[in-house]
Amino acid sequence: MSEQPMPDWTVGAEAIVYQCCAACGNLQYFRRSFCCICGAPDPVEKRANGQGTIYATSLVCRAATAETRAHVPYNIVLVDTEEGFRMMGHGSNDLCIGDKVKARFARFADRLIPYFERAV
Amino acid sequence: MSFVTGVGLTPYGRHEGSSSLDLMSKAAELAITDAGLKRHQIDGVLCGYSTVSPHIMLATVFAEHFGIRPAYAHAVQVGGATGLAMTMLAHHLVEAGVVQHVLVVAGENRLTGQSRDASILALAQVGDPHYEVPLGPTIPAYYGLVASRYMHEYGVTQEDLAEFAVLMRTHALWHPGAQFNDPITVADIMASKPVALPLKLLDCCPVSDGGAAFVVSREATSDMRVRVLGCAQAHTHQHVTAAPALSELGAEIAIARAKQQAGVGMSDVRYAAVYDSFTITLAMLLEDLGLAARGEAASRVRSGYFSRNGEMPLNTHGGLLSYGHCGVGGAMAHLVETHLQMTGRAGNRQVRDASIALLHGDGGVLSSHVSMFLERVR
Repeated sequence: MSEQPMPDWTVGAEAIVYQCCAACGNLQYFRRSFCCICGAPDPVEKRANGQGTIYATSLVCRAATAETRAHVPYNIVLVDTEEGFRMMGHGSNDLCIGDKVKARFARFADRLIPYFERAV
Repeated sequence: MSFVTGVGLTPYGRHEGSSSLDLMSKAAELAITDAGLKRHQIDGVLCGYSTVSPHIMLATVFAEHFGIRPAYAHAVQVGGATGLAMTMLAHHLVEAGVVQHVLVVAGENRLTGQSRDASILALAQVGDPHYEVPLGPTIPAYYGLVASRYMHEYGVTQEDLAEFAVLMRTHALWHPGAQFNDPITVADIMASKPVALPLKLLDCCPVSDGGAAFVVSREATSDMRVRVLGCAQAHTHQHVTAAPALSELGAEIAIARAKQQAGVGMSDVRYAAVYDSFTITLAMLLEDLGLAARGEAASRVRSGYFSRNGEMPLNTHGGLLSYGHCGVGGAMAHLVETHLQMTGRAGNRQVRDASIALLHGDGGVLSSHVSMFLERVR
């Protein structure tokens, strides 16, 4: 990539970052050096505002490692962001599909992760 | 043309002291004998993978262990769809004249060979290593997400999903090889421990030891003539974060392609073998495949439609949910049972008519799909 990648939560920075293709306008969340729709190189990295709508939820009650078990139950959520891409994060245990949410950042099993709460 | 000429299946559950290769060998021997062949006649080998004993060349490890020197051999990996994907490849290999008899084999000591935590962790790695796995999801959580959305869009309830677990257990009661043979009720499923809500323990298939195999041949080797009518795949995504809308999942694409190739419609199908890693998987796939209208699969279960004596007998061995799930071999048991039904060898489980069967496998998080039609040729 021509530019340095913008740090996001996957590398411990308090940010959600996505990519936008300058050629076709496609938005993608998983970082790549090209657009996965048209193949154009160097999609532009942008910081998301952390707001979105709950698409799906699953409350994990059975975890597989000592580190994650310490957090049980934790709610895995899929969020349709205001910008238009979908992402996975954690959320309050009482979130419902369709809820408007906003991200903060939390610690989980020694990592920084996005944590969604109902927007007020 | 290609025929499934022999099948082999071990009981699923605990096989203390058996390795993955042991279980593969046991199933392979059964399948080759069933086909009326000698092992030296096997000139192609396709195998799955073992999470307990991973190897970059499992097919040749197996061939050496089993004592054969095939002209064609490699492993295939598409998660739960692997068994049918291998069958599809075997069908094309014999049709193309590359080999005469392909042994399709898988087996794993997934229950006794590693801890349950290790199994859960290994399987969770189908998630994205940067954007999903650090969040601590499990396979039940990936499917729990899909379940929550499906229930929301189509008005399906947890009690509806429980019906599928009851059905599979009811069928398993009639198979001596099934891992579970105590009856369960909807109330039992509702009261079982939460795993990844809305999925509870009895909505999830177990972890099992076991092995399954079949032989796919260019010509029939006996009067058990079960032929591959048509098969097709569809792969829309890998990760649940990148999955398309519920109405655009791969099962619908794969079945449409397979129907066209086989020249049959759903009204021709007499027996169904459908992947059932979780109750939601089975509910969704039945509806995606057109075996029930949207949101109505559970009511078809309640009315007996998918029961052994119903209009569309489904997974009469008990499926992954109750026969068991040993990895790649898990869904291969569906094909073994289908073959027994099609050839009138299912004993006290025998259905009236299994002349045309539909099989469907799913890998990942509804990521990879294989649909296949088999026909009993008289």
